[in-house]
Amino acid sequence: MSIFAYDFMQRALIAAALIGLIAPLIGIFLVQRRLALLGDGMGHVALTGVGLAFLTGLAPVPTALVVAALGALILELVRARSRTAGDLALALVFYGGIAGGVLLTSLASGKASSALNQYLFGSLSTVATEDVLWLLAAGVVVLLILGFFGREMFAMTLDPDVAHVQGIRTTRLGILLTVLAAVTVVIGMRTVGLLLVSAIMIVPVAAAQQLAGSFRATAIGAVIVGLACSLAGLTTSFTLDVPPGPTIVLLALAAFVIAALIAIPLRRRRQRHPHPVDESDHSHHGHGSENDRPSRHAHE
Amino acid sequence: MSVIRCDRVCVDIEAACILRNVSLSIDQGEFVAILGANGSGKTTLMRAILGLMPVTSGQVDLFDTPLSRFRDWGRIAYVPQRLHSAGAVPVSVHEVVGASLISPRRRLPRRGDRSVVLDALALVGLEDRRNDRFDALSGGQQRRVMIAAALAKDADVYVLDEPTAGVDAESQEHIAETFAQQRDSGRTVLLVTHELGTFSSLATRIVVLGRRGSESSTVLYDGTPPVPEHLTESVWHHSEDVVMRGDDGGLLERGSGS
Repeated sequence: MSIFAYDFMQRALIAAALIGLIAPLIGIFLVQRRLALLGDGMGHVALTGVGLAFLTGLAPVPTALVVAALGALILELVRARSRTAGDLALALVFYGGIAGGVLLTSLASGKASSALNQYLFGSLSTVATEDVLWLLAAGVVVLLILGFFGREMFAMTLDPDVAHVQGIRTTRLGILLTVLAAVTVVIGMRTVGLLLVSAIMIVPVAAAQQLAGSFRATAIGAVIVGLACSLAGLTTSFTLDVPPGPTIVLLALAAFVIAALIAIPLRRRRQRHPHPVDESDHSHHGHGSENDRPSRHAHE
Repeated sequence: MSVIRCDRVCVDIEAACILRNVSLSIDQGEFVAILGANGSGKTTLMRAILGLMPVTSGQVDLFDTPLSRFRDWGRIAYVPQRLHSAGAVPVSVHEVVGASLISPRRRLPRRGDRSVVLDALALVGLEDRRNDRFDALSGGQQRRVMIAAALAKDADVYVLDEPTAGVDAESQEHIAETFAQQRDSGRTVLLVTHELGTFSSLATRIVVLGRRGSESSTVLYDGTPPVPEHLTESVWHHSEDVVMRGDDGGLLERGSGS
């Protein structure tokens, strides 16, 4: 019997396809910005949203959407206003999110605690019809915003200073990207689960960039890996009766290992054409050994 | 018309005063080199001019418009020392140059973009590397690609951060030649460096930043090259010193007297 015959599987497949498509597209910007763990932070914050929904009886998906988006804004404000380093601000949000989520869920009732597991690691049977509508709406909004601002985001993540001199509002765009990551986390909450959703943003990008020679190729490759792993992972989890989140993530990690193994001979071939790589990557103002060049005698 | 004007600009970083009362006016067609030892605030001044760093007091005008109201960013091109994201996600040379054509006024790609990118790469002699990964190039070639990105903007002013630091001799000459052409076609060039090197014959004007005694850094000299005898010390004496403690950001007293 085909798995498509079950209504809940149809809904789960729609949700999985959505996250497989969108997560890598957001993740590639996070990796480029060196914020690969941002999705994890947002996942923890969304957990507080889920806890709040349990406690108040509100619908979990929209509640988590609102709370995660607010958490994203707070994170960006903490980063901008105080001199807190990016990863420290992220850590603070991390802890607050997971503590809040567990506390609120415990306050709610006994049966909420077992339901929490479904949000942490994903679940096949719990994607309700109204959830699918929420997920589709959120997914369409994310894709539209990416379509409109995607190229600016590329320039911003490539070099924020240069982007600023092109008139790009880098601070606002950074906040927008964080909010989009938060929304994406909630889209993946039902299928992949909040603890692992960040992996589906990052691992397909890590796999694709082993073989890609450009940003565009990395993006396309990451979406293919993301879609293939979410759909295959979902079907596998149905067959084996295990949670979909870990299955999807392990498949993505397998894709990464395969890509990395294929990349080894390619990289070796690249190294056979040696380039005079300078060792000054750690310096900021051109100080370092490269400054000891002949310049002095020209002026003295 | 002045292209860049600073009027008594002061910049503080974390309550430490980095620059005091810097006044400077750069006209179209000038080739200005801002010189100074590490910690003299020359990078800070450049970042303040570009709006990348807030000015504590004083005013920066670009094309006679206060920086806060300036929107015509297509007229200014900035070449950093290295790309912020270098080594994260692979980007092709073509994409790095193409990125400089993106702006809020040009969100979508246009028909002529491809040839603009190729022309700019041809100007720095790297058109055959357009499909290579940016991080597969040497440091000097990467700098030339970033310069091609700036050239693709077809701006009126080029702001260059240490354009020759860490760049091999061949690329240095290539870069100097490129900006000689830009100057000859009426473009304005502002470069920040601690060594003129291959640019010494190109600069029409030099501005030396540094400290008098223990005061904050300000303009010590503004005029035609070469650097006056009594200031060569404060620009170049530091070499070894700076290698030892490069990242002090100018917070240490260096006592560069004159």
